[in-house]
Amino acid sequence: MTRIGRIRLIVVVAAIAALELACRVGWINPHVLIPPSEMATSLVSLLMSGQINWDIVRTLGVVTLATGLSVVFGFAVGLAIHALPRVREALDPFFATYYAVPIFIFYPVMVAIFGLSPWPVVLIGVATAIVAMIIATLNGLDRVPRVLTKVARVHRMGTLATTLKLKLPAAAPYLFTGVKLSVSYAFVSVIAAEFILSPAGLGRDIADAYANFDNRRMYALMLFLLAIATVVNSALHAWDIRWAKRRGIAPT
Amino acid sequence: MNGTRASAIVGMTRRVTDTLIIVAAVLLIWQGLAEWVGTTALAGPSPTLAYFVHFVPSKRFAINALSTAITFGWALLIAYGLGLAIGIWMGAHRLSGAVGEPILVTFYSLPKITLYPVILLIFGLSLAGKVTFGAIHGILPVALLTMAAIRNIPPVYLKSARTLHLSPWQTIIRVLLPATLPEVVAGLRIGFTVTLLGVLLAEMFASEHGLGFLIINSMALLQTKEMISVAVVLFIFAAVANALLLWMEHHMHRRV
Repeated sequence: MTRIGRIRLIVVVAAIAALELACRVGWINPHVLIPPSEMATSLVSLLMSGQINWDIVRTLGVVTLATGLSVVFGFAVGLAIHALPRVREALDPFFATYYAVPIFIFYPVMVAIFGLSPWPVVLIGVATAIVAMIIATLNGLDRVPRVLTKVARVHRMGTLATTLKLKLPAAAPYLFTGVKLSVSYAFVSVIAAEFILSPAGLGRDIADAYANFDNRRMYALMLFLLAIATVVNSALHAWDIRWAKRRGIAPT
Repeated sequence: MNGTRASAIVGMTRRVTDTLIIVAAVLLIWQGLAEWVGTTALAGPSPTLAYFVHFVPSKRFAINALSTAITFGWALLIAYGLGLAIGIWMGAHRLSGAVGEPILVTFYSLPKITLYPVILLIFGLSLAGKVTFGAIHGILPVALLTMAAIRNIPPVYLKSARTLHLSPWQTIIRVLLPATLPEVVAGLRIGFTVTLLGVLLAEMFASEHGLGFLIINSMALLQTKEMISVAVVLFIFAAVANALLLWMEHHMHRRV
């Protein structure tokens, strides 16, 4: 581990230790915050009890489905738009403002349309994630070297073969950045949707535990979600850097 | 000269037509969807527009919009203030930056909504809680981009400042500020967007005021006309604000 890494570890550990101490000594009201060690033990017993298994499956399933749909359709749409420069020109300002407006406020509209099924949650996940994938696809295809498409033409490759064998691998590092953002965006919006309004899921569980003043359960669930998000994000980030290095581009 | 002007006009009309086509397509899809799911679940575009015209100038809308504006104003002020302070500190002090950056980046991508109950337990159902929740969304992008801006200053700029015997104050005003401003403004722009989202999320959960509350409330009453009217107002507000900040950013880039 580098010196910087060591200092970072010390800072994080010290912060947690300070929080633990403040809770144990009684500087922090236990109705507000419970000691980190108690959060961890509470999480372990919650996981052992199997009470939240179904919610874990549901939430992670919804995130996976939303990400999968966003990646597949985002790539397809990106491919189509890239082939039609005039359409792209028209849509560019739309893409540029998409993440500047709070898309999430359309979640209640989706609930009004589809009722309290998992579909509004999946759809809000897709709505938040898909545009990142479309933008990444366009970005990646822009950077496919011209010489490669010429080679494809020389070898008389069909459109499908050119796309799958040539454009896809050449644009891969950019596409992976799109996948990374899709996962992250889908995760955040799915949890938010569950938290605000949904019949089930881990986000809903946290809101319920808050409403029932069940702090031990609430903090255990928070710790679980934040731990999963951190692990997934850092894994994707590490992977992204490796890909970018292999292709010799700067990571974004 | 005439040629460039003519082509500018052509480009302009083209962009306007494009936008009109996109708007028409959205309205068509909306109409189709409304007919498919039934008008009780989703009101069509024309009844919504009729409602919009009456509702947006109404007092009820004004009161809630004002509530959101106050919350958002405070949240933005705190997000910008703290974000800039953290960004400047971590940009100027390299060790803090190197240690802190991954922590901030990790925190940036977490679903912060999970932390909202903690804020509610600390502040209760108050303005302070909503402001804090909005602000924690905005602080991170502002801090990260400010830090990057300061780190990316070419060392030759500072060397020339020293060669020219500029005072520290002159260095800040004449060299550091112009060199970092475009990127800092980009941070402020992203901070604006996410702070607005944070405030709206806070209003959607356990609140009785604000536009976020109106949206959730109208959903409970199955008032899709009101819901979409509020959403459209927020959309236009966010898009216009973003365009303005983006214009500032480009303007500054050109000056450098």
